[in-house]
Amino acid sequence: MTPSPSPADQPRLELVGITKRFPGVLANDQVSFTVRPGEIHALLGENGAGKSTLVKMIYGIQQPDAGEIRWNGARMVIPSPKAARKLGIGMVFQHFSLFEAMTVLENIALGMDASIPARDLEQKILSVMDQYGLKLEPHRIVSTLSVGERQRIEIVRALLLNPNLLIMDEPTSVLTPQEVEQLFVVLRKLASEGCSILYISHKLHEIKALCDTATILRGGKLVATCNPAAETSRSMAEMMIGGSLKDIQRGAGREMGAAKLVVHDLCVPKDGPFGTALKGINFSVRAGEIFGIAGVAGNGQNALLLALSGEVTAQSDAVQVDGAKIGATSAKARRLGGMASVPEERNGHAAVPEFTLSENAVLTARDRLGMVSNGMINFGSAKTYAGEVIRAFSVKATGPGAFAESLSGGNLQKFIMGREIMQKPQVLVVSQPTWGVDAGAAGAIHQALVDLAATGSAIVVISQDLDELLSLCDTLAVINEGHLSPPMPVAGANIEEIGLLMGGVHGDPTADVHVSKEVADAY
Amino acid sequence: MRIKLERRPSPSRTMLVVTPIASVIVTMLIGMVVFDLMGIDGTRAVKDIFLTPLLLSYKWQDVALKAAPLIIIALGLSVGNRAQVWNIGAEGQYIVGALAAAGIGIAAGTAGGFFVILAMVLAGILFGALYALIPAVLKTRWDVNEILSSLMLTYVSYQILGFLVGGPWKDPNGRNFPATAPLAENQSLPLLFSGSTVHLGVLIALILPFVFWVMMSRSVFGYQVRVVGSAPQAARHGGFDAKQTVWIAMLIGGGMAGLAGALEFTGALKAINLGFPSGYGFTAIIVAFLGRLHPIGCLIAGIVLAVTYVGGQVAQTSVHIPNSTAGIFQAMMLFFILASDILIRYRLRIVTAAKPVVAGE
Repeated sequence: MTPSPSPADQPRLELVGITKRFPGVLANDQVSFTVRPGEIHALLGENGAGKSTLVKMIYGIQQPDAGEIRWNGARMVIPSPKAARKLGIGMVFQHFSLFEAMTVLENIALGMDASIPARDLEQKILSVMDQYGLKLEPHRIVSTLSVGERQRIEIVRALLLNPNLLIMDEPTSVLTPQEVEQLFVVLRKLASEGCSILYISHKLHEIKALCDTATILRGGKLVATCNPAAETSRSMAEMMIGGSLKDIQRGAGREMGAAKLVVHDLCVPKDGPFGTALKGINFSVRAGEIFGIAGVAGNGQNALLLALSGEVTAQSDAVQVDGAKIGATSAKARRLGGMASVPEERNGHAAVPEFTLSENAVLTARDRLGMVSNGMINFGSAKTYAGEVIRAFSVKATGPGAFAESLSGGNLQKFIMGREIMQKPQVLVVSQPTWGVDAGAAGAIHQALVDLAATGSAIVVISQDLDELLSLCDTLAVINEGHLSPPMPVAGANIEEIGLLMGGVHGDPTADVHVSKEVADAY
Repeated sequence: MRIKLERRPSPSRTMLVVTPIASVIVTMLIGMVVFDLMGIDGTRAVKDIFLTPLLLSYKWQDVALKAAPLIIIALGLSVGNRAQVWNIGAEGQYIVGALAAAGIGIAAGTAGGFFVILAMVLAGILFGALYALIPAVLKTRWDVNEILSSLMLTYVSYQILGFLVGGPWKDPNGRNFPATAPLAENQSLPLLFSGSTVHLGVLIALILPFVFWVMMSRSVFGYQVRVVGSAPQAARHGGFDAKQTVWIAMLIGGGMAGLAGALEFTGALKAINLGFPSGYGFTAIIVAFLGRLHPIGCLIAGIVLAVTYVGGQVAQTSVHIPNSTAGIFQAMMLFFILASDILIRYRLRIVTAAKPVVAGE
């Protein structure tokens, strides 16, 4: 054990040369950095940069192959999350582990290492919530809570252990701007009490607003440690992707045509007890227009995509393309009629993982591109088309014969987007087009969408990423609990108003709805 | 040192082919050891069950006759299994198909010839398919598990068979035995080689795998079945109807079992008695899995399983083990093939040095 220096300047957490290898990938390569007590330390990087692997080792889920973790100056092996919690390390995951049908209190009790009587636990929870201004009703059933409220459960669960280090994995990806603001208040208060925070994100403006230090990872290697306040969002993004960013090229002064896609009073009953019903959705998209639909996850985005793609049918006049009423027709008929779609889930919905890219091209392009004659598939033309998509969208794959599951998420997404865009659809509906896609690929996908719109197609983009919608779309509407807000032009959109619409009646009505200047400016 | 399962980046094509072969070999090895422990000459027994039918040319026609129904039924089942439709009732559909052929033959009276035989075979396909339609309707309308409903319908088919051959269709000259009258020459399937017992059904069983191969790999229907089976949501996205797929998959499974029943009746047995149910419908499930649900795989696996049937009879006389031993070997093959499935997606890795556990206390 190393002799410890005075506690004040001793780092709380120190990583030295951490290396982790998985079959075929070097997830972390000689990563070293330190986190001081009370510091909010950002871990920044694209998807696949190795952020999650790194924190999993700190939280004891995985073990490093080489290097050491020092906790308050002492070398540690952290064999399990339980051991990590004993040391005072808490973690809030991106995907919550909550039971929908149980109450807040029951969910927290289930996650505790020690069993505490319900009454005492409730007292402790209430005092923690009171201390940090976290509003939560312990006896509410989780399925009735918004995503922001669910995240608060996870935070309370972590805070009950009085952590010295709190790891937050992509905490704001599903929050409204107001909820982000509330979260920042809690995190700042925690840090001021000496708790260190390791904040994982790829949202640069948040890191600039919140963090003291940022460690940037790229391809498993540490590329820079910087002070976010002294950097611009652009300079950090360029360090993160290791190149210069491309701006979206828009044709100046585009003329919008006549309404191409009209959605009229679209109602869909909810699918299962935790699904969301669509309640009279109305909007129209003109030729050449990119129409954005913002909203927090689980407010009916999925149902809307299925109703537009034809996987779920509605009344005949609910969906109209160029005046043709196609609301009751099948997915196949809609595609033949020029309406294409890309669902949010790549594996098993937009593509079949165990099929080759050629075979996946057949899935949605077979009828429009004449790959079928007399009930037989012409795999030659499917292979040619898959090859064209691979070239045009720079998909990293061994060729049309590569299995979809062998591609990284971003490359598969590029292939799927390319497969739809290169069919030149009249209307394209996409959900989460750049989820889990690195910045370079996201830029290429955005550019392809803008180019498609320039040819006179109508495009609907459903996304939880408000930055993406604001930079890409001409018009924006917000979906909340299956209702769609009236559309507003993106030029001159009010971020505070959008945030309120995203929260809707769904969020906490008593919460402070003001968005601070720094969050608003960051958008 | 410990053994670790590690996920492969993509499924291994090699393992897809190697594991069925390995399953057969491991079955043979374990069979040898078990028989030796029981005081029976294991090497001799395994050789007689797996090799003798192939080495003695006069056993080949027996192998061909047994393989034909197994291959035909397995082809139909593998289509359903590809679409995640689990038809366990092929045995019942096989019986109903044979009964339908018998019914046409009886209705035709003394008439015979090409069109009567064709009608008998087509009736076998039609009724086998209709019998499989019952579980299909139950599944698509009320979400009834097809494994249970199709299996139970097999027992119903035994009762139908017993009723018909013991009552309305009983041979008047049969000394009151519950059996149909033997088919006249003009209602029987032609033989491929005069003097042998190899009938036209064997040729059909050799051709059909190639037809199915083209259908599954090249046609839109084959594609639909594969998508519905591996990613139902993607199938919906691609505009394929899952219910329609269940229907067609069940119809094909039932139709093929019915065809096998009709061919077995008109080509080999010529009469239906209470001993008609032979278990081919169940053994074909093993054939389908050992053949990796691939039509050509079914052809090869059908021959392997037929060899064990014939070999079982050989071993009965040579080393005096019961005929049912073949069934144990067949079950072992299925067991090993299912157990080794994991190697397609995972590989085994031997991990040496254990990690020191230090802190967290």
